[in-house]
Formats: sequence, C-alpha cells, structure tokens
Amino acid sequence: MRSATTEPRGIRATLIAIALAWLALIILLPLVAVFVQALSKGTGAFWAAIVEPDALAAIRLTLITTIVVVPLNSVFGMCAAWAIAKHDFRGRDLLTSLIDLPVSVSPVVAGLMFVLLFGANGWFGPWLIAHGVRIMFAVPAIVIATAFVTFPYVARELIPLMSAQGKAEEEAALTLGAGFFQTFWHVTLPNIRWGLLYGVLLTNARAMGEFGAVSVVSGHIRGLTNTMPLHVEVLYNEYNFVGAFAVASLLALLALVTLAAKSLLEWRHRDSIAASGH
Amino acid sequence: MTTAPAFLAPAATGRRRLFRRRVAMPGLGLTLGVTLLWLGLLVLLPIAAVVIRSLGLGPAHFAEVAFSARALAAYRLSFGAALAAAAINGVFGLLIAWVLVRYRFPGRRLASALVDLPFALPTAVAGIALTAIYANTGVVGGPLGAIGIKLAYNPAGVVLALIFIGLPFVVRTVEPVLADLAQDIEEAAATLGAGRLAVFRRVLLPEILPALLTGFALAFARGVGEYGSVIFIAGNMPFRSEIAPLLIVTQLEQFDYEGATAIAAVMLVASFAMLVVINLIQARERKWRDG
Repeated sequence: MRSATTEPRGIRATLIAIALAWLALIILLPLVAVFVQALSKGTGAFWAAIVEPDALAAIRLTLITTIVVVPLNSVFGMCAAWAIAKHDFRGRDLLTSLIDLPVSVSPVVAGLMFVLLFGANGWFGPWLIAHGVRIMFAVPAIVIATAFVTFPYVARELIPLMSAQGKAEEEAALTLGAGFFQTFWHVTLPNIRWGLLYGVLLTNARAMGEFGAVSVVSGHIRGLTNTMPLHVEVLYNEYNFVGAFAVASLLALLALVTLAAKSLLEWRHRDSIAASGH
Repeated sequence: MTTAPAFLAPAATGRRRLFRRRVAMPGLGLTLGVTLLWLGLLVLLPIAAVVIRSLGLGPAHFAEVAFSARALAAYRLSFGAALAAAAINGVFGLLIAWVLVRYRFPGRRLASALVDLPFALPTAVAGIALTAIYANTGVVGGPLGAIGIKLAYNPAGVVLALIFIGLPFVVRTVEPVLADLAQDIEEAAATLGAGRLAVFRRVLLPEILPALLTGFALAFARGVGEYGSVIFIAGNMPFRSEIAPLLIVTQLEQFDYEGATAIAAVMLVASFAMLVVINLIQARERKWRDG
C-alpha cells in the first residue's frame, strides 16, 4: 500500500520524466554539444586547435591567473570564516553580506570598476603611467578582476560549516595550552578540509572560466592577454567553430572534474560539507 | 600582516568581556584584519570608484546618460529576461528539487550532479554551446525554426541562457529545506482527508516558500548581471536584444566612460537592493524556523 505522504506511481513517474527531460534539454544537451562540436572535424583538427601557439598562450595565462588567485582567496576565505564563525562581534552580519557582494555584481561592472581605478583616466592611472607600472590591459588587471569575481567562494563554503561545528573542540585545545596556529592547524583544519577542498575547487573552476570581468580589463591582445574563455570568444567570432569548441571542451572537462569531485566529496563526507546555495 | 589594523583594537578589547566566562578564541584581530584589508582593497575600493565617479557626473548629466532610450531598453531586457527566467526556474527548479529529494530512481545521483553544471561551466562555454543547439542550424533550433519558433538571436535567447545559468540557484536552495521537512504534518493532513494536491498547496508550499523565494531572487540577481552566456545567443541589436552589461562594454570600447559608469552605477544599486531583499527573506525564514 502506498504511504499517505507520497504520490501514485503514475504521477511519480511523470514528474521524474519531466524533471529529467528538462535537465537533459537545458543542461546535458549544451554539455554534449561542446564535445560534439569540438570533435566534428576529427581528432586531428581538435588537437591542432589546442596546440596552436595562441591557444597555448591562453592556457598558460589562465593557469598563471589561477595559481595566483586561488591561494590568495583561499587564505582570505579561511581568515574570514574563522573571524565570522568562531567569534561574535558587532557588524558580523554586515561583513557576511559584504563578502557575498561580488556574487551579485555583474562581471562586466566588476571589470569596469578596475578600469576606473587603473585605466589611463582612472584614480591611479596617471601615477601608474608616470611610474611605468602596467596593470590595465595586462596580466595584473586580469588577476585582480579574477580575484574579485572568485572572492567569496571559499568563505561561503566555510562559514556555514565552521558555524555548525561550533567551537568546543577549539576551546578544548586552547585550554590544554595550544596557540592559535596550533589550534587551527591540528583541530579546525582537519574538520573543515573537505569543505575547504570543495571551496578551492569551485574557486579554481570560476577563476579559469571567468569571462565578463576579464573581457573588460584584458584588452584582448591575442597571444598576450587572452585567457582561455577570451580565446574561445575570439575563435568563435572568427567562425572558427572547431577551434572555439576545442578550447571550450578543455574548460568543460574542468567543470566536469569539479562536479565529479564535489559528488565524491558529498558522497564520502556528507557531514563535513555545508549544504549551500552558491 | 602580523598585527591587526589599529582601528580594530577598540572593538576587539570591548568584546573581550563577553568571552571571559569561557576560553577566549584567539586570532580575531589577525583574521578580521586580513579579511577587512582584502575586502576593502578588492571589493569596497572598486565599488567606491564607481559610486564616486558617477556622483561626479552631476544629477542631470547622470540621468541623461544612465536613462537614455538605449539604456532603458537594455535595462528592460536585462531585468525582464532575468525575471522571466527566474520564474521558469522557480517552477522547474522546485520540480527537480522535489524529484531529487522525494523519489528514488536510477540516475538520481547523476541528475543531481548535473544540476550544478552551470556553477562550474564557464559562461562563455555555455553561451556558444546554447547557441550551437538553439540557432536555426542546431539540433533543437532547426526543428523549432521549421515551425516558426526562433529562440536564438532574439530576446527569447536571452531568457534561455538565463534559465541555464539560474537553475541551480533554485534547486540548491529549495532542496535542503525540502529534505528537512518533517513528514508528520503531511501525514496529519492526509489523515484529516486532504488530497495530495491540497497537502502540497496548504502544507508544503508555505513551508518551502521562503526558500523558493530566495532561490528565485538569487537566480534573478545573477541573471540581471549575466554577460558571457548571453552575448553569443542574444543577437545584440540595440533597442531589441542588447543587455545592459553589453551596453557597458560597447560604451567602454567607444571610450564613453561616463555612459558606462552611469549604467554600471544603476546596475550596482540594483545588486545592492537585491542583496538586501535576499537577506531579508533569509532573516525572516530563519526567525520563522527558529521561533
């Protein structure tokens, strides 16, 4: 007999079918399309598009940006989470909201902000030009814009997790004479490592894929300031679809690895990853 | 960065009294200092630049460039398409969350993982992929075009891209609330003779409404500012299929910094407003659940 709190089998099957069909149409189909288009002219054309010098330069720039941004935002995220989750101070809720801010700011607006700071007409522009420091339309601006966009992800993952875990274990360690860094390293970090790992992975995926903000500040100099997503755009606008989708498929693979890791973490360590909307 | 900035010191010592009854948690000065420094330099200073620059335009000039006919058309599209997409995501997101939480079926874990794809897939990749599918040469766009429905290079294309971007926001916000719902109220309602639909409308929907609204607002907020996934499929015709972020980019490319800054300021104010609304919904939900 059917329980009172579920639906008849037919309705269940229909709802499942609609949900899966929608997911297939909206999400799975675009994902498959990336790989189909990338391989539409065979593996030779695919490979040629990836080892071409401009593509390699784009891959290198994306990796450099990520290597700088991810550790910075991870350290920041751990600091913010420790301050917010383990302490009580005035303005804590405001601080939490401010940390979330970059998520709701349009990436293009984010890019524009840095143009207003570092561009030739910006606040620091004239000084930078006088001292021969190049930030705008160069690698530093790309790094800064990416850091802005990926700013909240580690913190957002850790704050709910560390709040939920409370501070009893840390207090025990402190009572026994451990210092701050010892406590964090031996007590807190083991408790949050899986959540931290997921936050880092998400930051990594976002950093490698950032488009809008980077597009505004990069200047689109081929082989010099084009990251992978920008290179995809350039190739696409030149009607080089195989090339565009080939580079895009590398980014799609990265997204798949991120998701697979997340699923694995959720499955293995369900309790130590905060359920959070991003 | 070994000491906290001086302005933090009074707050830190003032709070110390609170912790005296237990062990004081160390590291507040250091971690809060790092947080505020990084937040200030990376987020608050740039936002201040936009605000101060647009204030410098003067009210009359600001209104002229921020609310030109072309800008108004762009806002209408960005906000309208985001609203439509968030509404569609509200319906399908709730359905998907329901199915994932309540039913067991083969491929459930895979479907669940797939929901997160828009979080992880770069927006530009999503943009060209959606265009490839829904343009009149694509697998879905072709047959639809044959019966007279054109999605790509139209405002409808913008909505489509924003549906892709926003779906996980609704599913992931509703899912945990749905999973935590105690089934005894449902059982009680069923015992009293309520049908499944009545139970859903009268018992379940009120419980998940705050989460659903939060998800809707998150998807809407993200959609308003979205750029990468939209520009490939939108067609980008001024007054027709040009989103507000694209107009900012276009004006920057023409060195019209004033116009770009004014529009950015409008978008920023909208972001703040939505952040406040989302926080209010969440605060009310928390209060309601705890009390």
